[in-house]
Amino acid sequence: MPNLKGVAASPGIALGPAFLYRPLEPRFERQKIEGVEKEIARFKGAVESSKEQLAKIHARTRKEAGSDLADIFEAHLLFLEDPALLDGVEEKIREERINAEAALSEVIDEYAATLAALENEYIRQRAVDVRDVGRRVLRNLLGVSTEPLSTLISPVIVVAHDLTPSDTAQMNKEMVLGFCTAMGGIVSHTAILARMLGIPAVVGLGESVLSLEDGEMIMVDGTEGVVTLHPDEGIVQSYKRQQARFEKGRKEAMRGAKRPAQTKDGHRVEVVANIGDVESARVALEYGAEGVGLLRTEFLFFDRQTMPSEGEQYSTYRAIAEVMGHRPLIIRTLDIGGDKQLPYLEIGEELNPFLGWRAIRLCLSLVDLFKTQLRALLRAAQGHNVKVMFPMIATLEELERAKEILHEAQGELLQEGLPLAQDIEVGIMVETPAAALAIDILAPEADFFSIGTNDLIQYTMACDRTNERLSYLYEPLHPAILRLIKHTIDAAHQAGRWMGMCGEMAGDLEAIPILLGLGLDEFSMNAPAIPRAKAMIRSLSMDEAREIATQALSMTRADEVRNHVRSYIKGRY
Amino acid sequence: MQEIALTIRHEVGLHARPAALFVKTANRCKSRITVEKDGQEVNAKSILSVLTLGVGQGAVVTIRAEGEDEMEAIEALRELVMSNFGEEE
Repeated sequence: MPNLKGVAASPGIALGPAFLYRPLEPRFERQKIEGVEKEIARFKGAVESSKEQLAKIHARTRKEAGSDLADIFEAHLLFLEDPALLDGVEEKIREERINAEAALSEVIDEYAATLAALENEYIRQRAVDVRDVGRRVLRNLLGVSTEPLSTLISPVIVVAHDLTPSDTAQMNKEMVLGFCTAMGGIVSHTAILARMLGIPAVVGLGESVLSLEDGEMIMVDGTEGVVTLHPDEGIVQSYKRQQARFEKGRKEAMRGAKRPAQTKDGHRVEVVANIGDVESARVALEYGAEGVGLLRTEFLFFDRQTMPSEGEQYSTYRAIAEVMGHRPLIIRTLDIGGDKQLPYLEIGEELNPFLGWRAIRLCLSLVDLFKTQLRALLRAAQGHNVKVMFPMIATLEELERAKEILHEAQGELLQEGLPLAQDIEVGIMVETPAAALAIDILAPEADFFSIGTNDLIQYTMACDRTNERLSYLYEPLHPAILRLIKHTIDAAHQAGRWMGMCGEMAGDLEAIPILLGLGLDEFSMNAPAIPRAKAMIRSLSMDEAREIATQALSMTRADEVRNHVRSYIKGRY
Repeated sequence: MQEIALTIRHEVGLHARPAALFVKTANRCKSRITVEKDGQEVNAKSILSVLTLGVGQGAVVTIRAEGEDEMEAIEALRELVMSNFGEEE
């Protein structure tokens, strides 16, 4: 097998044995059996083992992730005490004289199918849990390990089709050197998790990666998006050198992390963090973040069965605001849509979820949900440097309507006598080409802007960023993207507004010189990228950056732009 | 036999935490307990069976208990449902 090329999802290089994670349906044959009592005892034994495992996972999840997530496993435990399930399987074994595996999966299928057919969305979701429990007992019956990712005992590179939050919730993260997945793009769960953990990852490698063998030596280059199989001695040596350089650069950058991002000639920009919870807010400060350019609030809404209340949202936002102190904290309102389903929100299947009913569009029609979030946000903002940002704005009318609801929320809080921020800055994300081309129209209603490159690139290039076949189109340095960004920044400055960026591109060391040269005012990125980004900015003068940008804009191809920046910045940070 | 009809007010219906509490409470009693919705009657001690009723917010269920502690059983389940599964503020 030749080397594999995928999407570079998290920078750095890792070398180690492959660990194939195959959470496949356990296989078995339906068989007639002789010893009925023995078979029933075998089934009961597997149920007991499953219960012991679940009790451990429950305790661990409660400790690590809180009771909401842990409740899922408590429900799983209850299923395994359910007389209807246990008796149903026993009866089937006794009457049909079949093996426990077959009896169990038939009973599970029946319940899962009944649940999946119900009208109530909440309960329909439980079909997944029933199947999950069924699979667990089945694995115990077959003697197949159940939690391969939690029991990792030596450092490995995890290779999988794709990883879901429930796969990684159980993962022993200290033993993971890197990730390789067949599916997924730059914002898949694996990619996001890898960047959060600072572990190299290549995603979207295609199914061929799954034909690797367990224990096979591989090298994952998450900066280039390449996986090398059986790297020879020369490659390993060069890897070690690169790794040493990467580490050295990282350490040097860390030393300067807290210093301001100021160019050689004294031009100052803001380098801030994209965060998702209180913990990541603290981590961001360690990496030298000067504030938060994007607080994703979706995390509050995932992995739970009911909508988070105003009080719950308030205390989370408040806790983060307190960590940030006087530093700016930009809170983005709920950005959710058909590609991420919530059990308590009927979004429905959409043909094109990325072009569908999502983000601000959804919030403007679910006014109660939106207003609850705005109320929590306004209350948390009181006495802090909090700003609100609306995602996916395409028209002036949307922005006006969103602000109207914000003002209603302010009015309500005033009337109720609750403390709130009365003058809050309102910004929008520039994610749609429509917004990017109409900055001058939106500027009178917006105090600031932030380019969300992940979506802006996807919409400009008309490529689904999760479709790995199209990964060649998802190119931040494409001339069309650079022109659009230049136009956006210029238009904002003309209107007297500052322009930030909170997509992946803002932390891309090869994009930073161009963005700086184009006049970007604020760079918001994942915290681990901050030290090196600041070091890069400090190594340049504005004249240099402008020259890099001007030349880049005259080029016709993305790889040409990338090589141009590379040659310019070589050895600079 | 004791019987009572109750309205489920909880926003998720008889599901997740409420369903778990309901089944756990039923399991503490010795009586045979059933719960019925729209003519479908199932074992109240079986979480899967209770879930398959698909009891959403605002649905009315009939609970029946038969056995030595049938009075206590009905009272315990009534209290649980009336307190909105302990979430009443």
